[in-house]
Amino acid sequence: MTAIDPFPPHLQLTRDGQLRHFLTLDGLDRELLTAILDTADSFIVVGERRIKNVPLLRGRTVVNLFFESSTRTRSTFELAAKRLSADVLNLDINTSATSKGESLSDTLLNLEAMASDMFVVRHSQSGAPHFIAQSVTPGVAIINAGDGRHAHPTQAMLDMLTIRQHKGGFEGLRVAIVGDVLHSRVARSQIRALNVLGAEEVRVIAPGTLLPRDIEALGCTVEYDMARGMKDLDVVIMLRLQKERMQGALLPSEREFYRLYGLNQDKLAWAKPDCIVMHPGPINRGVEIESAVADGPQSVILNQVTNGIAIRMAVMSMAMGGQVAERQQKQNDSEGVRT
Amino acid sequence: MSAGQQYHSLKITGGTLFDGQGDERPNPGLLIREGRIEAIGPAARAAVADQEFDASGCVVAPGFIDLCCNLREPGNGQKGNIASETRAAAHGGFTTVCASPETSPVNDSGAVAHLIRDEAQSRGVVRVLPVGALTRGLEGELLSDMAGLKNAGCAALSNGSRGVRNARVLRRCMAYAQTFGLTVMFSPENQALAAEGYAHDGQVATRLGLLGIPEVAETAAVMEMLLLAEDTGVRLHLSQLSAGRSVEMVAEARARGIRVTADVAMHQLCFTEAALAGFDSRFHVRPPLRSEADRQALVAGVRNGVIDAIVSQHQPHDSAAKQAPLPATEPGLSSIESVLSLGLELVAEGELTRTQLLGALTTGPASVLGLSARLAEGEAADLCLFEPAQRWQPSARTLVSAGLHAPVLNRELPGRVRLTLVAGQTAWAQPL
Repeated sequence: MTAIDPFPPHLQLTRDGQLRHFLTLDGLDRELLTAILDTADSFIVVGERRIKNVPLLRGRTVVNLFFESSTRTRSTFELAAKRLSADVLNLDINTSATSKGESLSDTLLNLEAMASDMFVVRHSQSGAPHFIAQSVTPGVAIINAGDGRHAHPTQAMLDMLTIRQHKGGFEGLRVAIVGDVLHSRVARSQIRALNVLGAEEVRVIAPGTLLPRDIEALGCTVEYDMARGMKDLDVVIMLRLQKERMQGALLPSEREFYRLYGLNQDKLAWAKPDCIVMHPGPINRGVEIESAVADGPQSVILNQVTNGIAIRMAVMSMAMGGQVAERQQKQNDSEGVRT
Repeated sequence: MSAGQQYHSLKITGGTLFDGQGDERPNPGLLIREGRIEAIGPAARAAVADQEFDASGCVVAPGFIDLCCNLREPGNGQKGNIASETRAAAHGGFTTVCASPETSPVNDSGAVAHLIRDEAQSRGVVRVLPVGALTRGLEGELLSDMAGLKNAGCAALSNGSRGVRNARVLRRCMAYAQTFGLTVMFSPENQALAAEGYAHDGQVATRLGLLGIPEVAETAAVMEMLLLAEDTGVRLHLSQLSAGRSVEMVAEARARGIRVTADVAMHQLCFTEAALAGFDSRFHVRPPLRSEADRQALVAGVRNGVIDAIVSQHQPHDSAAKQAPLPATEPGLSSIESVLSLGLELVAEGELTRTQLLGALTTGPASVLGLSARLAEGEAADLCLFEPAQRWQPSARTLVSAGLHAPVLNRELPGRVRLTLVAGQTAWAQPL
């Protein structure tokens, strides 16, 4: 096979392994993921204080660049940036430039002219944050807030934080992800994170139409049957099922999906008694999860939301730190050349 | 020697000769006079010529023939044109290129075919054989003006890169094409199965969240085409295979006596789905790059002759077409200048012999088109002369094509074309 051109191997890492963008969990090791979780833990304390702000991003401009609408993710990013004392600009690109035919590259050039320090990007196309990270001027950090079906790394990390809070760690854990894995960027990032952090087993549970080809290669086992899949579980993560999946001949009906895969108290009883229930939201009650379970004692869904702010603060401050360190390094290098 | 120069007579000595038959042998001397090969052997060596070319260290071969090339004219001048892309072809050692019907307007009538040929005549530097559209506007619904296309010199008919949804239309296209003895070139893709996909439905697409085109999108179409070819008796050429299973199916069909030939794009022999890691949009090609097992089966297909020809599937683009998130980019590589070099890497790795490579670039495609590609006395002097050991690095500086998205950009490749002659006329000469 012909060798492929050397591609920037560590697009999201500085030379000494610090985060400078946060695009995907691929290529990040356990040490770095643990550092993100630990940093987030320290920000949880901040969130409990009366004055919740820290000055880590003071004077920095963070642009929330949402090409796909999302209320919750955007508001937690906004809150996270504000708690880091950054200036925040929210841009809903859906309804502005791109609808006038402007290309993504041109939109970016205009935004860079505003001297932003960080773009938080949500885009319907897989790989858009990678493209942006390769196109922007050096010094601007890119945080992936969800791209197509590819990755949603901050969501996966806040889920990991939630699991660690409730289970103490990842050793020996059996975790299942249930539902529409095919369309889920969250599931792909979660599978990666759980593997890196050392979970015992990751299962995906879904009918064949909702599973991507060769999903096992990501580091999970496949189970079609809920009764077998729920056995011995420590954590069950339910995915949102979009209503339009019925149209594409992926499922016969919501009713059948709920009967087979919807999480209710009977199915939850097949798992370990202390199994926690998670959902990246927004929830479709009565489609993938029953209200009694979503609001029940094993549900940690609202913890996930709280943790979302801390994780995003952690990732934003670490990426900005990496960018600053890199700039300093480059400056030292060029001064070294001069002397 | 400069481009466009016509020699009254030219003598090529030294190096080795691949004349289209058998293996390479020491060049016994080649004399070209007035556009034709006048003599090969002692008579050539003894002759006095206006000019002599010392081919030491080089291979003299018939000019390469490309069954699938996009010249982007008429209608897509921002991506390339006949002048720029035939120059790129000559730079890659090609002397004949089949021009894809995917132009704007689509080449679905004699008028468009004439336009392409006239433009090629006046501004092109290699032979351009237009390929007509199989259906009107390539829309897969109505027949194109096949007789008119044939009269205007179209070498074959093709669906371009667009599948035909309707098997009844396809069957009628084939039956009508067969009436005029026209070959149908078909890039097999079942549209319903390919759907919105743009990457091989496999591990890499799953990890990167890219929409997959399953292998069965190709194999189902190959099977349908083979059965329809058997049914209608048309001469079928399957273009740009990407799945290993397709190669098996072509071999089986041939054993049954179905008239079918096939080609593969050079990048399918060299790269796999792994090239998309990091969302490198250059490798967004159609059909998509598939698994390593598929790649190996395609190479084996070239080795054992089931695949007749290697094509460039050259698709020059303006930079904007590739400067976007991968799913939003346009498919295709600017490849025609890298075909030989990539092939020589396959030879160096022992995957093909040089004779197999050169055969698939010359006599193989020639036989698909019913042409000759032999270097023999009396034949037109369409030849290329390349130096396998000379290395180069494709870049904006070295590429001639208007498209700069070549498959290899940041490292050196072996093999440079020193001289390309079309009917004895210099289409490309490496500056000394």
